[in-house]
Amino acid sequence: MSDTTPTATQLPAQSPPVDPAQTTAAEHAAAALAPAGGRIPFWSGAGGEGARRNLGLLATLVILVVIGIATRPDLYGDANWVWGNTLTILKLASVVGVVTVGMTFVIIGGGIDLSVGAIVALAGVWCTTLATQSYGAGGMIFSALVVGLAVGVVNGVLISYGRLVPFIATLAMMVAARGLAAQISEKQTQVSNSQFINGLASTKVLGIPLLVYILAAVVLAGWVLLNRTTFGRRTVAVGGNAEAARLAGINVRLHTLLLYALSGLCCGIAAIMLTAQANSAQAAMANLYELDAIAAAIIGGTLLTGGRGTIVGSLLGVIIFSTITNLFAINGLSTEAQNMVKGGIIVAAVLVQQVQFRGLGGRFGGKRASTA
Amino acid sequence: MTQLRSDLSRRRILFGSAALGAGALLSACTSNEATPTEAQTKAAANSSAGANAPGKQVTIGFSAPAADHGWIAAITNNAKAQAGAYSDVKLQSVEAGADAAAQRAALSTLISQKPDVIVLLPHDGKELNAFGLEAMKAGIPVVNLDRAFPDPKAYRLQIKGDNYGMGVAAATYIIEQLKAKGVSNPVIGEIAGMDELELTQERSKGFADTLAQNGLKVANRRAARFTADSGQQEATGLFQALPKIDAIWNHDDDQGIGVLAAVNQANRKEFFMVGGAGSKKAMEDIKADNTVLKATVTYSPSMASSAITLARLIGQGKGMSDLVELQVPKEIVLASETITKENASDYLKLGF
Repeated sequence: MSDTTPTATQLPAQSPPVDPAQTTAAEHAAAALAPAGGRIPFWSGAGGEGARRNLGLLATLVILVVIGIATRPDLYGDANWVWGNTLTILKLASVVGVVTVGMTFVIIGGGIDLSVGAIVALAGVWCTTLATQSYGAGGMIFSALVVGLAVGVVNGVLISYGRLVPFIATLAMMVAARGLAAQISEKQTQVSNSQFINGLASTKVLGIPLLVYILAAVVLAGWVLLNRTTFGRRTVAVGGNAEAARLAGINVRLHTLLLYALSGLCCGIAAIMLTAQANSAQAAMANLYELDAIAAAIIGGTLLTGGRGTIVGSLLGVIIFSTITNLFAINGLSTEAQNMVKGGIIVAAVLVQQVQFRGLGGRFGGKRASTA
Repeated sequence: MTQLRSDLSRRRILFGSAALGAGALLSACTSNEATPTEAQTKAAANSSAGANAPGKQVTIGFSAPAADHGWIAAITNNAKAQAGAYSDVKLQSVEAGADAAAQRAALSTLISQKPDVIVLLPHDGKELNAFGLEAMKAGIPVVNLDRAFPDPKAYRLQIKGDNYGMGVAAATYIIEQLKAKGVSNPVIGEIAGMDELELTQERSKGFADTLAQNGLKVANRRAARFTADSGQQEATGLFQALPKIDAIWNHDDDQGIGVLAAVNQANRKEFFMVGGAGSKKAMEDIKADNTVLKATVTYSPSMASSAITLARLIGQGKGMSDLVELQVPKEIVLASETITKENASDYLKLGF
């Protein structure tokens, strides 16, 4: 259990050791002094930079909707269509959204998980084999969750105890998990015959798709976990400065392991949702979800070097991307153009992030802006 | 402290055994044993005369991309099954890996093993053209399967499906149906496959050209990725864009599983749909006639079985027994056929 050797490889944020208590106190003081513009810890509630950033994301969403109204006034004129389309956008966001919640935790904790798409595919394939399907919907849900969790734990063990760099460990897992998924599925599309699972995607409760409720539940759980529990505060501490966190008595390795396990579990949930949507699973599904999730977290304000990020921001990031997808679909524009726009938005978001930190200057700005 | 230790260890044992139990249960869940899809082979035994009579032993080298969807998987399975059906054929299969470079590396080891014939489904015909030339120069006839080499000297035989014709067949069926229903100004949607592949562009061109000849056009075209989840996503987008649709062509039946799921989820029934490729599930759906899927245009992986049969004939220096020519022809393009409720039963054995 003891974690005595300071390991440089474990420190994604290359910052000198700082006493975490001091930092927190300083941040609280800064918050008290400058509630409107200063940098305050995001867990102390709304306001400050996090809220401004989320307002920026909301403004982006509004702009996207306005573009939609301007380009397809015929569709936006129909209130029923607008409501249905909003639900469609949220449903489209639901699967990637669940993955992004897990990803946000991993990134805040100073890591990265490139294997999420592959885990979704592996869990999806595993839960739709004929053998699993013979156990019914309960068996399918169980196996998807356990496979996701187990792969996440393997990632975590490799990274925290095997001391692999997260990028390498999860890159290896990305390839290996897709390989295993292809092996299990014998490269075929496995159709789900479970009416219960397939029904998850078409069921509506009070007029809102069940998948949207699942997304809401995962987001809420993630928000509480990050902002209202010691687990969340430890995550921020580990990602901000692992060495300081260790000196403060946090079991950094175990905590890192748990973060990857959490991400894996989210992938398991997402696998069930995606299998329900597609009524099937195959090794090539959830293509490039890792990039979608990372991009959503980044434009949502999560710092790629760890130590900062919000669940609400990540959710807004996912919704912005699915709104763009929707906007391009209703205008009949090609996927290529859509990918270019998405790339542009990611670059813009990171640039904004850098400018904000530079603007703050001094202690926080100088150090972080160089890595952002 | 000791109290804490023992608590921890008890918790660990509980966790450990739970994990073991879950692991045992899960490892039992990877089996896919049910009725294996029958491969599409032509029985070799039913006639002892002519081209089917056992002859000289032929070693056929085979390479196709690592499959990530049903059609490619069926290609490999068919080739293996067809080779197994001949007593005088030995199949040397090399994995083609993930891209053209990996396939080139795998193929160079194949050349050094000196097979009598090579059957090859390249990742990309243009990128592997040089390999075809090299093998032909080394005296090994090359059978190009489906993705053509631009240089005619790079292959002895080319057997492929008709991508352009697939689009034509789909459009023709849709036009007929719309005429029969008397729909004026129909709204036609298209869900294509992977847009970066030439075959997708050819399919879409055939579709658009045929529609244009009849004064029609595609109202909205979304490109999916041959996977069910991408099909579901793109179909959902299409439904949002077009509140009322008369007909949809979906390029691939595998992604069609997702498209049909999206149809159910959006509760849309006002249109009919044409599929592509001809999977077993699509044919069964068409036969049962209880979904919007009313037809599919074939692009059958049975061409792999035919390629092995023809490679054997090339290796033995025989022609096709039903033709007059003493040798196998140089190019064979399969027609894209339209499967509807009426003829689905006949084609079911070719479904993959």
